[in-house]
Amino acid sequence: MNVLEARGLGMRYGRRWALQDLTLDVPGGRIVALVGPNGAGKTTFLQLAMGFAEPSAGTVVSFGLSPRRNAAAFLPKVGYAAQEPPLFRRFSVRELLKMGAHLNRRWDAPLAASRLRRLGIGLDLSVASLSGGMRAQVALVLALAKMPDLLLLDEPMASLDPLARHEFMRLLMAASAEQGLTVVLSSHIIGDLRATCDYLVVLTRGRTQLVGDMDELVSTHQRLVGPVDSIDAVDHVHEIVQVERSDRQASLLVRMRGPLLDPRWESYPVDLDQIVLAYLSRNASISSFETDLAAEAAS
Amino acid sequence: MTPPRSRTGSGAITLRLDTTSGLTPYLQLVQQITHAMRLGQLTVGDRLPTVRDVAAQLAINPNTVLKAYRHLEVQGLLASRPGTGVFVAKELRGPSLQDQAALRRALLRWLSTAKEAGLDAEGVEALFADTIRQHAIDESVAS
Repeated sequence: MNVLEARGLGMRYGRRWALQDLTLDVPGGRIVALVGPNGAGKTTFLQLAMGFAEPSAGTVVSFGLSPRRNAAAFLPKVGYAAQEPPLFRRFSVRELLKMGAHLNRRWDAPLAASRLRRLGIGLDLSVASLSGGMRAQVALVLALAKMPDLLLLDEPMASLDPLARHEFMRLLMAASAEQGLTVVLSSHIIGDLRATCDYLVVLTRGRTQLVGDMDELVSTHQRLVGPVDSIDAVDHVHEIVQVERSDRQASLLVRMRGPLLDPRWESYPVDLDQIVLAYLSRNASISSFETDLAAEAAS
Repeated sequence: MTPPRSRTGSGAITLRLDTTSGLTPYLQLVQQITHAMRLGQLTVGDRLPTVRDVAAQLAINPNTVLKAYRHLEVQGLLASRPGTGVFVAKELRGPSLQDQAALRRALLRWLSTAKEAGLDAEGVEALFADTIRQHAIDESVAS
């Protein structure tokens, strides 16, 4: 069952469309990686899903509710954290917990306290004194204490070092096991996502390029190396995502639609980075889109 | 920042995640468990770490851990007892010496066919490795 559905979703800021015609289903119980270049519309999508703004086009529905028009019913079901968590710097961690308890109907205070204890984050510390990694962890603990059914995380680890990212992911994976929630996590650091996310959405220019089960996508994509003159034969059976060719030899990144039978082609496994990169660069108009953005930013 | 070290401590073995391995995280877990069973590091009645503890320790998706445990349960190697955990349910030994000898004879016959077809040792290894990998992929596509 889908917990979040976008249909033809679009958002325009002035003359620029930050997100255009996005149709996407988020299946329940998954940990979804939302991947794409800057300007792809990841943040805009998550903000529309939270009901922070009214979409310029299309609809977004979560648990059968409109995040904006049914906010009172929707907000208790959803948790949210962003790259720079807006925690009040002069508050202590204890005061943040107290505030959360006052503002939320569903609030598991003992769970939040025991998680912070396990993380070694003292309740009397002020937010200002926390490291970036700890602040991200506190923001996540607070979002989880709401006991949400859906957790939306917008680049929550963007400013963290690898160790802090790993600690953040450990907390998120443990919470996912304990609370059984659906997570949508946007990130541009692909390596962290392979083992943590089980569903992949690649977004460029507000459109999905690739959507599906993580393991299945990784195992059905392969690099094939073989003779240039038989690319068409490969193309006939499989889906070629990316082609690199020299005079005689071609290297293809392929989504396999069946077994590889032609012995002239050798296959090699590819990792998630290579797959995502191939889909991002497949959309040839990305570069012109980014040029547009740069021109707009400059003017 | 001093991240607290977590102890799994809840099971007989410690699972790992190798990011440079070409194998999916799911297959890595399945292989580590069956490997430990073959080597006698896991025997009947041993408890495996809980899904939650593996997820928290390795920063791995709990669904993946669950899927690996389920796969081994279906094979009868593990059994879950609600509320207490997942346990090793069966000894896992390699094929008997007799079976191994028969497999070896069949392989030798195949090798001489390959040699007649002009394949050298390196060619055989490449073909073998590629076929095993392809077979694993085809099975994962079919499942």
